[in-house]
Amino acid sequence: MADHTLDAKGLNCPLPILKARKALKEVPADGILEILATDPGSVADFEAFCRQTGNELMEHSVDDSVYRFLIKHTGS
Amino acid sequence: MSSEAEAVSTQIQDAASPAPAAAPETKSMSIIVTKGSLDWAYPPFILATTAAAMGLPVTMFFTFYGLPLLFKKLDLQVTAAGNTAMKMPMMGGHIGLPNLVTAIPGVDAACSVMMKNLIKKKGVASIDDLRDMAVEVDVRMIACQMTLDLFEYSKDDMIDGIEIGGAATYIECATQSDINLFI
Repeated sequence: MADHTLDAKGLNCPLPILKARKALKEVPADGILEILATDPGSVADFEAFCRQTGNELMEHSVDDSVYRFLIKHTGS
Repeated sequence: MSSEAEAVSTQIQDAASPAPAAAPETKSMSIIVTKGSLDWAYPPFILATTAAAMGLPVTMFFTFYGLPLLFKKLDLQVTAAGNTAMKMPMMGGHIGLPNLVTAIPGVDAACSVMMKNLIKKKGVASIDDLRDMAVEVDVRMIACQMTLDLFEYSKDDMIDGIEIGGAATYIECATQSDINLFI
């Protein structure tokens, strides 16, 4: 489903965001980036990141302490 | 106002105030960086890289003890002296150091090693890495000329791509920034 997956598990703030920014560049417009993270702060941070950059946070879920985000590359 | 008059007035306005280079909703940020210890190096670099990742043009102005953060080779240390809030997780609890103990040679070095180990263990980026990322995303970095003179530092010891400037350089940048932080 996702065009690209970023494994940010074990990384702490702000690395998941910085790596997601980089990874989004590799995702075509309207493509989907999947991010896996273990930083509990990343939930609020990816919401803010998407609001600010105009990318769409399609969904986020948590499974066994791993947070999964799907971001649609709709913004910058 | 007739539509023709409106059109003329719009043209005049356009001519008088050229469109800003960035989209109107684009915000920008500046940070004055005044501290260069291992702990205090984090807030400015974390905020600068994150803001840049969120599309904000960012300027960092390095002055006084913040200036050494631009050295090619970083040797960052942390001290518990005068920092009563610094407690390290140890033996299931948190342990701080009395000021007197921090005066013993080697204690600061040991604290720094401990902090660096914690940083690695918890998946926190190193300052070297954050600074590399800041350079990569074109964060503008200005070294304070007066501090260079005062502490007899040389631009040759600093990373490439930085600018040299003074208070007026910063103020001009600050007037154009939506967020101005002093750290």
